[in-house]
Amino acid sequence: MQHAISPVVQAGASRDAIAVRALAKDYGADSSAIAALRDIDFTVGEGEFLSIVGPSGCGKSTLLKILAGLMPASSGEALLNGTPIDGPRRDIGMVFQSPVLFPWRTVLNNSMLPIDVQGLGRAQMIERAKSLIALVGLSGFENRYPWELSGGMQQRVALVRALVHDPALLLMDEPFGALDALTREAMNVELQRIWLERRKTVVFVTHSTSEAVFLADRVMVMTSRPGRIGDMLKIDLPRPRTLEVMNTEAFGTYVRRIRNGLNAGGGIE
Amino acid sequence: MNVMQKSWRNVGLRILLILAVLAVWEAIVRLFAIPSFILPPPSNVFMALYRGFASTMYFGHIGTTLIETFLGFAVGCTMAFTLGVAVALSRRTEYFLYPFIVMFQAMPKVALAPIIIIWFGLGITSKVVTAALVAFFPLLVNTIVGLRSSEEDRVNLMRSLAASRWQIFWMLQLPNAMPYIFAGLEIAMIFALLGAIVAELVGAESGLGMLIQSMNFTMDVAGQFSVLLILSALGLILNGIVTAFRRRVLFWDASQKGADIQGAKSRSLKKA
Repeated sequence: MQHAISPVVQAGASRDAIAVRALAKDYGADSSAIAALRDIDFTVGEGEFLSIVGPSGCGKSTLLKILAGLMPASSGEALLNGTPIDGPRRDIGMVFQSPVLFPWRTVLNNSMLPIDVQGLGRAQMIERAKSLIALVGLSGFENRYPWELSGGMQQRVALVRALVHDPALLLMDEPFGALDALTREAMNVELQRIWLERRKTVVFVTHSTSEAVFLADRVMVMTSRPGRIGDMLKIDLPRPRTLEVMNTEAFGTYVRRIRNGLNAGGGIE
Repeated sequence: MNVMQKSWRNVGLRILLILAVLAVWEAIVRLFAIPSFILPPPSNVFMALYRGFASTMYFGHIGTTLIETFLGFAVGCTMAFTLGVAVALSRRTEYFLYPFIVMFQAMPKVALAPIIIIWFGLGITSKVVTAALVAFFPLLVNTIVGLRSSEEDRVNLMRSLAASRWQIFWMLQLPNAMPYIFAGLEIAMIFALLGAIVAELVGAESGLGMLIQSMNFTMDVAGQFSVLLILSALGLILNGIVTAFRRRVLFWDASQKGADIQGAKSRSLKKA
């Protein structure tokens, strides 16, 4: 990874890419403030895949916005590679629930948006964009427009766009929530393949317990009002995982434990 | 019967209907002996049209009105776009300009034509000013609304990439506003023609509005009808010009695709 801080720390087996300490977030003014997040403490190791599951309104999207630097925390701190996140950063890639592609840009130019914004030089980066487009299986579609693609294909373009500037951290906010079940499973397998190849640090927010377990090294379960960490569990399943892993006893045990954690914290809506 | 034949038959029916209406019009005027200075028969209108062009008298007037319309459109739209950007990007500008905008918008701008003629004279300038004033507001409003219509996720995406305010404007807000801006331009084009004609009616040395006015004095109603025909043709052409530009620039905009979207859909490959 390019964004190393110091060789000494890097020598450690599991360096933390993200460290969140005593983070809290309130919406609104002092007297009528609504508590969105409380006592959020966790770390994500470099190259680790962390899933966050929780019911609607548990503040998981808020947490992701804070990590992206789009929103300040009310108290506590969030560090990326040792430096505080106090505003938007150039070394973060983000994928939203909808693809958020610009219809006036082609697939290639949508993928190149971070390059254009950050002035990284189109000439050098265009090959990188093309190889990422190939990686997600969209070769030949470089000059198509988003409205010529299906929802799943559009979300792949969004993934390319999030990876093209080689970010230290990939933030995904329910990226496959709008897709049908079959496409969603295919995208999960796809995302795992890309992650195994690129080994980015990923924070992946989802509603789906099985999606969370399938993808993650660790799953963080959140409870709502205010959002707190209810449970944190390590997923010990060998990789690469296939969809069959979902039928195994171990997988079922993980999913049950997460469901229990969610129910204890007020249940899923 | 295939689609081609069907559409040709429909075009034929349409022309036939127009001819029928003209025939009924002609018959009624002749049957009831309606005087030509009240309602001229279509044959007189077409004669007047022919005479006007044959004597080249109409060309000069059309030229005057077109120049006034285009200049008024250009001036009005440039100012509207500039001010629209300033208002959309700065709450402070909006706060101070808002009272003026509301007051002017509520006022029927054509009512200013007599004053503008006093200020700028009977020449082309007063017509350009009136046309610009009338064309100004539709584009101003659409520019402001368009620039503010960017989806929150798109803005968040740009911000998450550490984009500057300026980059968000150029790469997101402006292209995103283009459908609104083009809708504004379409109205502004027709309004510019309207403004020029109204100012000519009030007082001018040349132009189609002035022509209508002078024909009115000589009770040449057939002549006036012929000028109205020219005006509606001009309106269609001016609108066609803006629409053609719109098609080129906004090829990606779903709301204006219509027939094109069929092609796009059949070309798209749904196999994710």
